[in-house]
Amino acid sequence: MSWWRTPASSTQVTHGGRLWLYVLAAIIMILLIIPTFLVIPMSFSDSQYLEFPPETWSLRWYNEYFGSRKWMRATVVSLKIATATMMVATILGTMAAYALFVSGHRLAKRIFMLLITPMIVPVILIAIGTFYAFGKFGLNNTLTGLVIAHTALATPLVMIVITAALRSYDLNQERVAVSLGATRIKAFFQITLPQIKFSVVTAALLSFLTSFDEVIVAIFVSGGSTATLTKHMFSALRDYIDPTIAAISTIMVLVSTVLLLLTQAIGKK
Amino acid sequence: MNESSIVDSALPISIRGLTKQYGQLYALDTVDLDIKSGEFLTLLGPSGSGKTTLLMAIAGFNRPDAGSIRFGDKEMILTPPHKREVGMVFQSYALFPHMSVAENIAYPLKLRRVNKSERRERVNKALDTVQLSGLGERHIDQLSGGQRQRVALARAFVFEPRILLMDEPLSALDKKLRERMQIELKDLHRQLGVTTVYVTHDQREALTMSDRIAVIDNGQLMQVDAPQVIYNQPSNAFVADFIGESTMIPLKRTGNELFVGDERVSSVPDTPAETDWSLVIRPERLMVEPGTADRDSTLFFNGTVKESVFQGETALLLVVLDDGTEVSVRSSTGTATPGITANPGSQVQLAIFRRDIIVVPTGNSQR
Repeated sequence: MSWWRTPASSTQVTHGGRLWLYVLAAIIMILLIIPTFLVIPMSFSDSQYLEFPPETWSLRWYNEYFGSRKWMRATVVSLKIATATMMVATILGTMAAYALFVSGHRLAKRIFMLLITPMIVPVILIAIGTFYAFGKFGLNNTLTGLVIAHTALATPLVMIVITAALRSYDLNQERVAVSLGATRIKAFFQITLPQIKFSVVTAALLSFLTSFDEVIVAIFVSGGSTATLTKHMFSALRDYIDPTIAAISTIMVLVSTVLLLLTQAIGKK
Repeated sequence: MNESSIVDSALPISIRGLTKQYGQLYALDTVDLDIKSGEFLTLLGPSGSGKTTLLMAIAGFNRPDAGSIRFGDKEMILTPPHKREVGMVFQSYALFPHMSVAENIAYPLKLRRVNKSERRERVNKALDTVQLSGLGERHIDQLSGGQRQRVALARAFVFEPRILLMDEPLSALDKKLRERMQIELKDLHRQLGVTTVYVTHDQREALTMSDRIAVIDNGQLMQVDAPQVIYNQPSNAFVADFIGESTMIPLKRTGNELFVGDERVSSVPDTPAETDWSLVIRPERLMVEPGTADRDSTLFFNGTVKESVFQGETALLLVVLDDGTEVSVRSSTGTATPGITANPGSQVQLAIFRRDIIVVPTGNSQR
């Protein structure tokens, strides 16, 4: 009864005075989360079409997904590409972030900005550009091509995460290690890397997700036997509306959520 | 065990014509410096003077534009830092937080493939030396500032380098601990016998610890001498002003004689002719109302007391001389000589023995 009269914080604003803030926050959270969660009940529908709420329940669309060679092949393609992207982007991004952080070169800041442009430029432009560039080198519809394109998208994330980690790290530790007799490479692997390893793992998971969830570039540069899961989902939605999509989406939401929770748990350590 | 020298032979360092330029600015300007084997030499200067640049050049972390650095008779200028065999202590200590105290100290031994049992023995000995016996298993974040300092030290000398470099290692500690560590470091240096180059901007620290002090400003060495010489016979105005408290009074020149007011101070020192000269007065060398008046051995000043301040172990008297110069007088507050106090506005006579007089060139700075 008197709950809204009690102060919400040390500012003496009461919970009642904050009511508008609570409502606004609730609306924003609902708008952000509902679309994601709507798909979950739809995936357990027994109907031929996507419908909400479902009238009868079943697991048939999950069976459909796991039983389809086409879906399974696309899933394997996506996992392969995401794994390769994760490895290449994490290594390249960490190297770039470290080099630019340590160098102190007058162009270092600009090179950093240049390398993170893929995060700023609309992805559709990157997709179109990549499609034409890959055409010249015969990289369209190849796994290599997709990994290259996804690496370009994931590297900026890796660089930002690693640079943030290096900011709170005392580089003198590496100097000490060198003065004690370690080569610079040794000093990096024995002293620096162990201390930023959680950020490296976080960066790796984020770059995996970047590739695994990516659809726009994939639509342009993948196809046939190299089509990714997301590309298949997109064309499936366009051609026939089929609740298998909902089942796959649910699985992807689950995978993404688990990975993100994992990165958070790691970050807390 | 601790009394014997851990390091068999220390190395002298010989620096010639060392120059490092950042754009138009000279961080080091043709520095020549000989550091003797086993010596504790302090590089002392204000921030931006080039003292850290010089230390980092000795360590190999920056490459000078010109000049030579030799350890013993070996030229090191192109040797990468990990091959210089130099122990180093940083201001931030830079301990490895993902390793225990013992692992931190064992790191340089591991790099040198020292076997496990010898490693443990030497780590324990190093821990004994820095009075941290039994703390080897601790984590770095369980240590106090002073303990971290000691671990950083132990890590720097455990592999028996013949040169030890320290970059303001005590500046993060509070005053009391810093003063205790100064004595401990000096003691440790005596035990190890290793050539030590120490960087600080704190003149008291430099005076306390060093065999010799190299005063550096604008990338140039201003004076390199023992602490007593640096304090008692500064060779120029910068050193006189930077080390200790001092008042400078410009001197008038008549022929070959220097005067303050009508009082003859000294004859012109025989170094460069075309410079101006100043009298440097240390506040603790001034006497108040000396009584006896022997003009041959003593120089007199008359002035008015401006302020009288009690500061604990000493008392400070600010006096404006008749020519307008403000000087401070410091006296001990011990029972034998209770601190001299005087009412502001009262007339006072000051005196200084001629043997305590310091005359330095001020004009066109030579050197």
